[in-house]
Amino acid sequence: MTTGVTPAVPAGTAGSRPNRRLSNGLRAHRPAARPPAGRAARRARARQRRTALVFLAPGLALFIALIIYPMIRAFQMSFYDWNVVASAASTFTGFSNYVRAFHDPVFWRASVNSAVYMAFTVPPQIVLGLGVALLLNNKAPGRALFRALFYLPVVTSWVVVSLLFQYLFADSGLVNWMLHDVTHLTSTPTSWLGGRWTGMVAVSALGVWKGIGWSMMIYLAALQGVPTELQESAQVDGANAWQRFRAVTLPAIRPATVFVTVMLVIGGFNVFTSVLLVTGGGPADSTQVLLTYMYEQAFKNLDFGYGSAIAVLLTLFVFVLSLVQLRAFRSDPREA
Amino acid sequence: MLATTTRRSTVTRRRTFAVSARYAVLIIGAGIMIVPFVYMLSTSFKSQAFVLSLPPQFIPHPATVSNYTEAWTSYDFARYFINSLIVAVLTTALSLLLSSMMAYAFARFDFGGKEALYRLLLLGLMIPAMMLIIPQFVLAKYLGLLDSLAGLVVFYVAGSLPLNTFLLRGFFAAIPAELEQAMAIDGAGAWRRYWQLILPLAKPALATASIFTFLASWDEFAWALTIINTPGKQTLPLAIALFQGQNSTLWGLVFAASAMAVIPVIVVFLVFQRYFVQGLTSGAVKG
Repeated sequence: MTTGVTPAVPAGTAGSRPNRRLSNGLRAHRPAARPPAGRAARRARARQRRTALVFLAPGLALFIALIIYPMIRAFQMSFYDWNVVASAASTFTGFSNYVRAFHDPVFWRASVNSAVYMAFTVPPQIVLGLGVALLLNNKAPGRALFRALFYLPVVTSWVVVSLLFQYLFADSGLVNWMLHDVTHLTSTPTSWLGGRWTGMVAVSALGVWKGIGWSMMIYLAALQGVPTELQESAQVDGANAWQRFRAVTLPAIRPATVFVTVMLVIGGFNVFTSVLLVTGGGPADSTQVLLTYMYEQAFKNLDFGYGSAIAVLLTLFVFVLSLVQLRAFRSDPREA
Repeated sequence: MLATTTRRSTVTRRRTFAVSARYAVLIIGAGIMIVPFVYMLSTSFKSQAFVLSLPPQFIPHPATVSNYTEAWTSYDFARYFINSLIVAVLTTALSLLLSSMMAYAFARFDFGGKEALYRLLLLGLMIPAMMLIIPQFVLAKYLGLLDSLAGLVVFYVAGSLPLNTFLLRGFFAAIPAELEQAMAIDGAGAWRRYWQLILPLAKPALATASIFTFLASWDEFAWALTIINTPGKQTLPLAIALFQGQNSTLWGLVFAASAMAVIPVIVVFLVFQRYFVQGLTSGAVKG
């Protein structure tokens, strides 16, 4: 980008990225007093740099101080027996917080629960989101209305919908009434929030319900890019709807599927508010997920070091999982 | 001849069937999406005696607005509403200003280390907010920002910068450079070009970013839960969650307060729907 002598090109010969010339604030009324090209360009670059820094500085400073610095601190804190009281010294304990995590049965249960939540929520959100998007994909009347209705849970606060689901899954709530009193699918009312797996089901149901609209939106946008000529020629060749979907639509929306999958997996491991408010991690830590457990260790037991270690482990896990997914998606596209 | 007519009518019939099936599925799906909301609203108009009665009442009888009046007056939800509004408005304004300035620099200037800085910023998109909550708490404590609305605003702004900058940079870069060159020749400095040309032209992108930022800060819970202690400084989501924690059976009141939190969001969403689509797609499918 800094290729020595870039003589000031007259404005108007705009290339694809002409702005580097523009933003040197050329003085059009003083073109005669221009020093030799090299020096002018250097000076122009210096001025560009200064202007850019002025625009960047406030936001970047805030971002580095409040996001990047804590990122580094999270790593550092995970190696300490962190003392919350400012005056007391924190002691460096090496990997002991990590060793502790590996021997902590609740940590393992929370990891399993996080994975279970992911398994319960990611595939349904992809399949149902895509399904709704396909149903809405032609210019049918009422399209905008349905799109809005499906998207409504996405914009609603996690707190409100979590409390709502707690109420729906209460012992004498709407779900039990439907399953027990109306359809008689269960012989006795289920105590949804009183057990580990039923609790996970309730929380996962909330996750799916809240998330379908998002994947639907992404898929709706992706479906606009499916070439209609291909669809038509496949139809002429006698391909039925399912074959057309497999051969034309699915490959065309592949980038969206990659994006949706990666984001949903990350989101699944980051489930927090809904678990905290629907089951509270209980009964007896049985529905604890990684983030609720991290939060409890940090802000209830004031064990910041251990909490940080859990956060770091989760970050690493999510990071590795994202890489694996991207690799997996990249490797098999041709034969799919 | 006869064969073709019957075949055509079969095709039409099949098509009508497909359309009705499509709508049947959509209506059932949409029903599942909104029944919880409808039930929430209905409960918010019930008196305490009916909130967990079986069989459930879908249409409250007798209906009462006392949950709303009580939440608004005796339980202070008017104040929480105002706190949320202050936090969300300040966060949106500050975030839009800072991120549009950064986006302008990234879109229109060349300088050493630009790509590295941009990558650093995008790193913020990948790290989930919850990962940072412990060190951020320590930092907020050190900065004296605990238990204050300011502590909410600055951290919300910082957290929203990566996405907004990313969103706006793409839009700014697509604005024809000739317009800016013309202004520069007329002697306009970078600040004036940014303020009088780029920002007005980028209104749709700014609207998208504003809506997302506003809703995110309006709905945020975990950070507020972590740093706010004084009841008078709570935001709506925090106040609702804590209220429910203490009065676990007062569902009518809980949902009246929830409706106050949700209805503005739904209105914003319905009015600005197209910006949501724009925001989601520019962040995802194109990239």
